[in-house]
Amino acid sequence: MQEEIFVSGRNIPHIDPSLEIWHWPISVYLFLGGLAAGILLFAAIVTVLDKEKDYPTAVKYATIIPPIALSLGLVALIYDLKHPLYSWQLYTTIRLESPMSWGAWVLLATTPLSFLWVFSYFTELFPKWNLKFEFLKKFEIFLKNNRKLMAYAMIPLAIILGVYTGILLSAFNARPLWNNAILGPLFLTSGMSTGAAAIILLAKTAKERHLFSKVDLALIIIELGLIVHMIMGMYAGSQVQLEAMQLLVGGDFTVMFFGFVVILGLIVPGLLELLEIKGYKVPVAIPAILILIGGLIFRFVMVEAGQITRYLY
Amino acid sequence: MVIDTLKCVGCSDCVVACQTENNVPIGYCRDWITEIVDGTYPKVELELKSERCNHCDNAPCVRCCPTGASHIVEGGIVLVTHNECIGCGACIESCPYDARYSHPEGYVDKCTFCHHRLEKGQLPACVSVCPTKCMYFGDLDNPNSEVSRLLKSRKHKTLAPEAGTKPQVYYLI
Amino acid sequence: MSTSRRKFIKISALGLGGVAASASALNMFGANTFLNEVVLDAVTKKLKRTPTYCEVCFWKCAAWAYSDDEGNIPKIIGNETDPHCYGRLCPRGTGGVGMYSDEDRLKTPLIRTTVDGEQTFREASWEEALDLIASKFKHVKDTYGAESFALIKHGTPGSHLEHLFQAYGSDTIAEPAYAQCRGPRETGFALTYGSWVGSPEPTDIRDTKCLVLIGSHIGENMHNTQVQEMSDAIDNGATIITVDPRFSTAASKSQHWLAIKPATDIALMLAWMNVLIEEELYDKDYIEKYSTGFNELKDHVLNFTPEWAYGITTIKPEEIRKTARAMAYAAPSVIIHPGRHVTWYGDDSQRARAMAILNALLGSWGRRGGFYFKEGIKVPSFPHPEYPEPKWGWKEIGEKFPLAQMGVTTEVMKCAIPGEENHEKYPVKALMVAGTNITKSIPNKKLLEEAIDSLDFMVVMDTMPMDVTGYADVVLPECTYLERYDGIRSSPNREPSIAVRIPVVQPKYDSKPGWWVAKQIGERLGLGEYFKYDDFKEVIEWQLEKMGTSLEEMKKIGVKHFPRKSGPLYLVEDKSYQFPTASGKIELYSKELKNLGFDPMPVYTKHPEPPQGFYRLNYGRAPMHTFSRTANNPNLNDLMDENKLWVNPKVARILGLKTGQEVWLRNQDKVTSTFAIKVRVTERIRWDSVYMVHGFGHDNKKLSRTFGKGINDTQMITKVAMDPLMGGTGMRGNFVEILTKDPHKIIEV
Repeated sequence: MQEEIFVSGRNIPHIDPSLEIWHWPISVYLFLGGLAAGILLFAAIVTVLDKEKDYPTAVKYATIIPPIALSLGLVALIYDLKHPLYSWQLYTTIRLESPMSWGAWVLLATTPLSFLWVFSYFTELFPKWNLKFEFLKKFEIFLKNNRKLMAYAMIPLAIILGVYTGILLSAFNARPLWNNAILGPLFLTSGMSTGAAAIILLAKTAKERHLFSKVDLALIIIELGLIVHMIMGMYAGSQVQLEAMQLLVGGDFTVMFFGFVVILGLIVPGLLELLEIKGYKVPVAIPAILILIGGLIFRFVMVEAGQITRYLY
Repeated sequence: MVIDTLKCVGCSDCVVACQTENNVPIGYCRDWITEIVDGTYPKVELELKSERCNHCDNAPCVRCCPTGASHIVEGGIVLVTHNECIGCGACIESCPYDARYSHPEGYVDKCTFCHHRLEKGQLPACVSVCPTKCMYFGDLDNPNSEVSRLLKSRKHKTLAPEAGTKPQVYYLI
Repeated sequence: MSTSRRKFIKISALGLGGVAASASALNMFGANTFLNEVVLDAVTKKLKRTPTYCEVCFWKCAAWAYSDDEGNIPKIIGNETDPHCYGRLCPRGTGGVGMYSDEDRLKTPLIRTTVDGEQTFREASWEEALDLIASKFKHVKDTYGAESFALIKHGTPGSHLEHLFQAYGSDTIAEPAYAQCRGPRETGFALTYGSWVGSPEPTDIRDTKCLVLIGSHIGENMHNTQVQEMSDAIDNGATIITVDPRFSTAASKSQHWLAIKPATDIALMLAWMNVLIEEELYDKDYIEKYSTGFNELKDHVLNFTPEWAYGITTIKPEEIRKTARAMAYAAPSVIIHPGRHVTWYGDDSQRARAMAILNALLGSWGRRGGFYFKEGIKVPSFPHPEYPEPKWGWKEIGEKFPLAQMGVTTEVMKCAIPGEENHEKYPVKALMVAGTNITKSIPNKKLLEEAIDSLDFMVVMDTMPMDVTGYADVVLPECTYLERYDGIRSSPNREPSIAVRIPVVQPKYDSKPGWWVAKQIGERLGLGEYFKYDDFKEVIEWQLEKMGTSLEEMKKIGVKHFPRKSGPLYLVEDKSYQFPTASGKIELYSKELKNLGFDPMPVYTKHPEPPQGFYRLNYGRAPMHTFSRTANNPNLNDLMDENKLWVNPKVARILGLKTGQEVWLRNQDKVTSTFAIKVRVTERIRWDSVYMVHGFGHDNKKLSRTFGKGINDTQMITKVAMDPLMGGTGMRGNFVEILTKDPHKIIEV
C-alpha cells in the first residue's frame, strides 16, 4: 500500500486539500470577457465589410452589452484581487511573457473603446436624450466618422481579448487540465459563439438572425471539434493529464461538463439552429440562452476542475 | 539547495524555524514535510522530504506575473516584491509544487531562501537549524562548492521534473 | 459518598475571567500593508538576545532568545558552543516562542470554590493563594508530620520546590521520570557497571560503527544531540540495526530492521549473547580484564539459540546471526542503545541488564564509538541550614522495591489511599504537583483519582491549564522558562559545561517564577533562612563566582566549558579501571540480584498477548511534540494538532476502516476513551498492534487548540506491570478494541 502524506500539518487556506484560489469572479469574468470579445468582433467585422445597414443589431444594439460586460468583469476581477490597492502596478510595465499582462493592457484599451463605440451611436440609440454639451455632440460626430478606424482597431483587440484568457490558463504547466494549446482557440470560439448567441437574441430582422445562426452553428461545430481534440489529447498525454481528463469524463464534473456544457450548451442549440435554418419554427430565445448558459458553465467547470488537477500529492 | 533524504527524520524543525524567522502567520507555511511510505509490512520503505519553493530556473510563476512582482534575482532566487503584487493569484495557480500562498495581508508569499540572511552571509533559517544537518545550501554554478560536489557524488532527484520548470532543489536519494 | 470530594473541574469559561488577548485595532480591521511597509522600512527592528536554556523537554539545550522592545519573543536560536545542540535547536525548542505567546496560559492563581452547588475555580491574588497554601503546609506538619506532604515534580520548577520541601521536612518526593520512564535502565546498568546511564546518555553515537536501537526511536524522539550524532553516523556509513515491531523513522534508516514480535526483546538479546559467545565474537580481552561472571553467563545462554529465539520473536535465525556478527564486526565501536522510556512489561530492569551485558560482551562501555565516561561539574550549593531529618520518605515508601534509587510515584500516590498497605505507616495527606501533568504521565487513572480524592489538599503549579489542574485545590500560574531565572544547568557530557537561564522578558499576566513561589511559601513557614536572597539572580551570581566566572561573562557566552578532571574519556589500553560495582568489575552475573531473590541473569518471560479482536496499544513520540506539554503551543500545534491511530491495512480491511475515519478505543478493563481518534491506515505497524503518539486527548476546554483532539493513551493504560526490582510501571501490556461507533452516545440511549 502506498501513502503520501504531509507530516508537518500543512493546511494552507485555499491551497490544501486542493487549490481554490480562483472562484466564481474569475469564471464570471471569463464568460463576460468572451461574450464582449465575440460581440465586438462581429461588430467590427460587419463595420469593416460595410454591412452595418444589413445587420444593425450586431453593430448597434448588441454592442451595448460589451461596455457593461467589461465593466462588470473588471469589477469581478478587482474583487477577486487580494491586494487591490496595488492594482495600478499592472500598468507600470508590459510583460510579454505574462498573458495576464496582455489582458490588463487589452482591457485598458478595449473597455473605453467599447464605450466610445456605443457613444458613437448615442443619438441613434437614445433619440429622446439630449446631449447637453456642444463638445459631446462634436465628439459623437467625430467618432461616427472614424468608426471604420475604430473597427479596424477593435478586430485585433477583440481577438486578443477572446483568446488571451485561454492562453493564460494554458500557460500554467502546473495544472494539467489547462496545460494544452487548444484552450486558447477554444475560449475564443466559445466567446464568439456566445457573442453570436447574444446577437441572435437581440436581433430584430430575420435576415440577421439567420446569418448569425449559421455563423453560430459553424462556431458550435468548431467548438465541439476542439473539445474532442482536447479530450483525445489528454488521453494520449501523461499520467497527470489522464487523471485530469478523468475528472471531466467519468468523474465529479461529468454531469456538469457533458450534461450542461456539451449537450445542453452545444449540441442541443446546434440542432435547434439547424432545424431553424431548415425552416422549422423554433423559438429564437431557446438556443441562444442555452448557448449563453453553456458558455458560463463551461468557464465554471474549467476553473473549478482545473484547480483540482495537479502534479503532486 | 541540496537535501539528503537519507538523513532527514521529518522533525519539521525547518518549518518552525522558517515561521519564526520570517513571521509566517500560523496556519500558513513556506516549507513542509512530506512522507511517502511504500511496500507491505515488513518490507516497507519510507522517504521523508522537506519541500518548499524550488526557485526554478524556468519559473512559471515569474513568467505569468502581470506586474513583475515575481522576479528572479542574482543567484537564481525567485522573490516577490510585496508592494508590486496585486494578489491576482496567477502565480499560485502556476506553481506545480503549490509552494506559494496568499498571505492574509493580500500579497503572495513563499520561501525566499531567507534572502535577508544570505545578504548578511548567513544560511537560510531552515538549513541552519536542521538537527540532522541534512540540508545544504550553496552555489550550484561553482563546481567546487559543497552542493555541487554532493550532486556529483550521490544519486539525486528533483520533484516533478516533468512539469518542465527546472527546479533547483535537489534531493539526495 | 455520592459526590467526589475533589471533582475534576472541566475548567470552562465560568469564573475564569482572564484578560482576553487584546486585539489591536490594526489586527481587527486588517493591517494596512502600505503603512506597515513604510514603518518597517523606517524602523529596523533591533532584537536583543538573552542566553537561556530550553525547558520544553528535558534535554535542556542552551539557546539565545531574541526579544524586541514590545516584549515579544520572535525567535529562539541554539547556542553554537553548547554540546547539547551545537547551535541547532529541535522543533520544540524553536517553537518555544509559542509557549510564551500562548494566550491559553494560566494567568492568575485559582482557588477551588463551590458556586451554585458546582465545584469550580475562582481567581485569587497571590497573597491569598500563598497564605492558603502555607496554612495547609502548617496544618499538615502539625497534624501528621511534614512527611505527609508529598511532591511530584519534574524539571527546574521541581528543583525549587524540592528545596522547599526538604527544608520543610519532607522527603516524600518522586518524579514520573523515574518509575514511569528511565528508572529500569538505570537499575539495570547500575547493577552491571555500577553507574547509571543518566541523562544525557553517554552514547558516543558520532563515532560509532554500529548503532543498535531496541525500541528506541531516535528521530521521532528528539534527543537533540543523539539525532545530530545519528546523522553523523549515517554520514560515516555506520550500520544501524533497529529492533521494533513498528517501522519507525530510525528503522527506515537502518540496514537491518528486525520487525520483532512485541514483548520478546529479551529472547532476542539472549540469542545474540549466545551467538557472540558460541562463535567467539565477543571481546575476549575486555571480558577477561574488566568483568566477572562470564562462565555463568556462558552456561546460562547455552540453550538460547537463534532457533529458540525464532519461535518466540519471529525473527529468522539467519537474521539474528547476521546482526550479531555485524555488531561484533563493528566492536568496540558499537552501541546497544539503552533507550529512554523503558517501562514496558514489568521485567524492564532485567531487559536493561541484558543490554548492559551485551554492551560488555562487545566491549563498548568506555570505548570510542560505544559509551564514553561522562563528566559534569558540580555547581556549589547556595548556603542554607541543614535540612531536617524526616522520619520517613520516598525510600521507606518504596521499600518493597529493593533497588529503587528514587521515589516511585505510584507508591507515593498509594500512600494517600486509606486501605492501602502503606497508608497506615506512611500516610500522605497533601500533594503538590509541579512541572508534570500526572494524568498523562502516570498510568492507572483510577488509582490517581482515588488518591487525589482522599487528599486533604492539593496544589498544582503549571504554566498551562493542563488536565492535572482540574483536580487541584489551588492552581498557581508559573511563568515560562523564558521569563525567569533558574538553577545553573550543569550537564555531564564529554566535557563539563554549564549554561545559565536569564529571563528574556518580564513574566506575562500574573505568573511568577518557581523560585519565587518556593521562597514565598518558605518565608510564610518561617524557613526564610533557607531562602537568604531577594532575587534568585543573587544565587546564580554567587554560584558562578565560585566556579570562576560571572553572570556578565555568561550573558555574553551563554555556555561555559570546563576541562575534564576525572580522567580520560575512554578506557586506556594498558591501565586498569575500577568500575564502581561491589566487585570493582562489570558484573555479568549479579550476586546482588541473587541475594535479593531475583534472577541473577536475564531470562525470557512470556508476557500476555492481545486476545482475539484486541490490539496491543503501542505509543511513542513525535519530533514536533514532547510530553503533553506542547500540544497547545500555537507553533507546534500548527505542525501536528492531534495524534492518529496507526492501523495495519489487514486490520483495516477486517474492520472496514479508512484513513481519516474517527474511532474510539476500549481496553481490556472496559475503559473507553473520552474522545475519538482518526485512523491512519499504514504498512508501518504490525497487525497485532496499534500505535499513537503520546500527549493528546486533553480534557480541559481552556486548552483551546487541543481540547478533545485525539486520544490520551495514558487513559487507556490501566493494567500496569510493576517491575519488582525498582517499581517501574510497565505500560505496554494494554490491549484495545477499536470501536467505529461513538460509545458515549450509545450509553445515553
